[in-house]
Amino acid sequence: MKRLRDEKKLKEIALKLRRDIIEMIYRAGSGHPGGSLSAVEVVSALYLGEMNYDPHNIKDPDRDRFILSKGHCCPVLYATLAHVGAIPREELWKLRKLGSPLQGHPCMLKMPQMELSTGSLGQGLSAGIGMALAARIDKRDYRVYVLLGDGECQEGETWEAAMTAGHHKVDNLCAIVDYNHVQQTHPIAETKDLEPLVDKWRAFNWHALKIDGNSYPEIFRALDEARATKGKPTCIIADTQKGKGVSFMEGDPGFHGKAPSDEQYVKAMAELGVDTSGGKTYE
Amino acid sequence: MSERIATRDAYGKVLLEMGAKYPDLVVLDADLAGSTRTEWFGAKYPDRFYDIGIAEQDMVNIGAGFAASGKRVVCSSFAIFGSRAWEQIRNTAARAHLPMVFAYTHAGLSVGADGASAQANEDVAVFRAIPDMKVVVPADATETRKAVPWILEHLDGPVYMRFSRAPVPVTFGDDYEFELGRGVVVRKGSDVAIIACGQMVALSLDAADELAKKGIRARVVNMASIKPIDGKMVVKAAKECGAVVTVEEHSIIGGLGSAVCEVLSERHPTPVVRVGVKDVFGESGTPDELFDKYGLSKPHIVKAAKEAVGKAK
Repeated sequence: MKRLRDEKKLKEIALKLRRDIIEMIYRAGSGHPGGSLSAVEVVSALYLGEMNYDPHNIKDPDRDRFILSKGHCCPVLYATLAHVGAIPREELWKLRKLGSPLQGHPCMLKMPQMELSTGSLGQGLSAGIGMALAARIDKRDYRVYVLLGDGECQEGETWEAAMTAGHHKVDNLCAIVDYNHVQQTHPIAETKDLEPLVDKWRAFNWHALKIDGNSYPEIFRALDEARATKGKPTCIIADTQKGKGVSFMEGDPGFHGKAPSDEQYVKAMAELGVDTSGGKTYE
Repeated sequence: MSERIATRDAYGKVLLEMGAKYPDLVVLDADLAGSTRTEWFGAKYPDRFYDIGIAEQDMVNIGAGFAASGKRVVCSSFAIFGSRAWEQIRNTAARAHLPMVFAYTHAGLSVGADGASAQANEDVAVFRAIPDMKVVVPADATETRKAVPWILEHLDGPVYMRFSRAPVPVTFGDDYEFELGRGVVVRKGSDVAIIACGQMVALSLDAADELAKKGIRARVVNMASIKPIDGKMVVKAAKECGAVVTVEEHSIIGGLGSAVCEVLSERHPTPVVRVGVKDVFGESGTPDELFDKYGLSKPHIVKAAKEAVGKAK
């Protein structure tokens, strides 16, 4: 797929992905809007402007891999995959429905576009190491990207994996922390603060940098830097806003894992430039 | 007395052989490679062996990453420590039907002097509960040597294999063949059926000798394949003997005894007496001392068989 890095075009796509995310979760009646909206720029930047990924050859052994370790935010991944044509768009509206491949948390058996079944936090980075080390055995040069939640950095296994990747100098591995500062119940800093987060990754022998994770130019700068960094894995701390794009969801733990009501749905879609009042439908 | 070999030694040896047969075989350990014997594989195939350090959860999911990249993966640790990654195994490995073998050693009370913290008597129960998981407990070195290649050749989804630290008698000859889901009658008899797994098969054969002196002809069945269990063989043994004893170096909750009771209670209700660890933690001691104290030694099997015969229909 041709890499797209044009900020104006990407911003238009991001807006569309945000509409899709709200629509999917509204129709499903449940899901995680906050952390899906915060990660829109990161996930779309990876699929559209960074990774070697062919939506029509999803098992290409040389493809770059993306693991959504924060699996509860799968709406952003599903919407992105529909946008690039890896899954039919109408599948999006079956999110969380019986028999749908679009499970509430990613399932690679039902949906081969998923590189890993996730949903239980703390596990994706380890699996990313396995995939990255498999590239060494097979003498391939693909890269592995793992998107972690910030709350997920409270899981012990994340740091077991950080230590392993640092030790083995897994430089084809790039972790991205969606640092939206809010976990399920409270702000991260209240529940269990992660700071100093960049220093933590550096202490585990990673190259680490902090960026504005809702800014495409900054994301691409960081991804370029990660690819150029040899002898160390890279961790990009992507500072983002939870619920980004919908004013009343921004920074509100209440929208970590809750679908909008009818009224909130119309309001959210209006903010995203779509009129769904009076039963008007969005497809 | 027959030759004694620890099944972990047989495992390490056959795993090394498998390295040549399967170029896609990747082996992981968590700082116990010297004891689990995976270091023998690691010495010959360093590019396909990783010691992840004392981080079992990380090991399991790194293995999942390898498996998702087309590798045949074996993870080893002690049964007790490897089991701490249960949720990783359940959610990431098994839920995705990944081709992974969890080959854990030092299972059961016979770990001995290290005491209760190291004696996994619950591992079969927790693995058996995972959907899609197969559970295999080889009886001796021969069965280990046959079962590991069989499992790797037919690897389709996750498998738990359980090995022991202590040397155990070699029960089977070279002509023995392993097959998943198949039990094997090791000794004929029709007064009581003793269904055992792991090193308890050898002990059950000793118990059967003892019972024969008292005129009780015990059938002994090796049920290495606990999941899937050979339900036909269990029902046949129950029908023909009228009473069943299960013998395992594991809690009587959730392991072989439970699996046999599940089969019989639904298909052919029969009196069953379970020999195993009775819902308690162990302690330090020699394997023999522990087997005596916790009800696993020969006299306990003999007693259980007599009790079962007394209850027979």
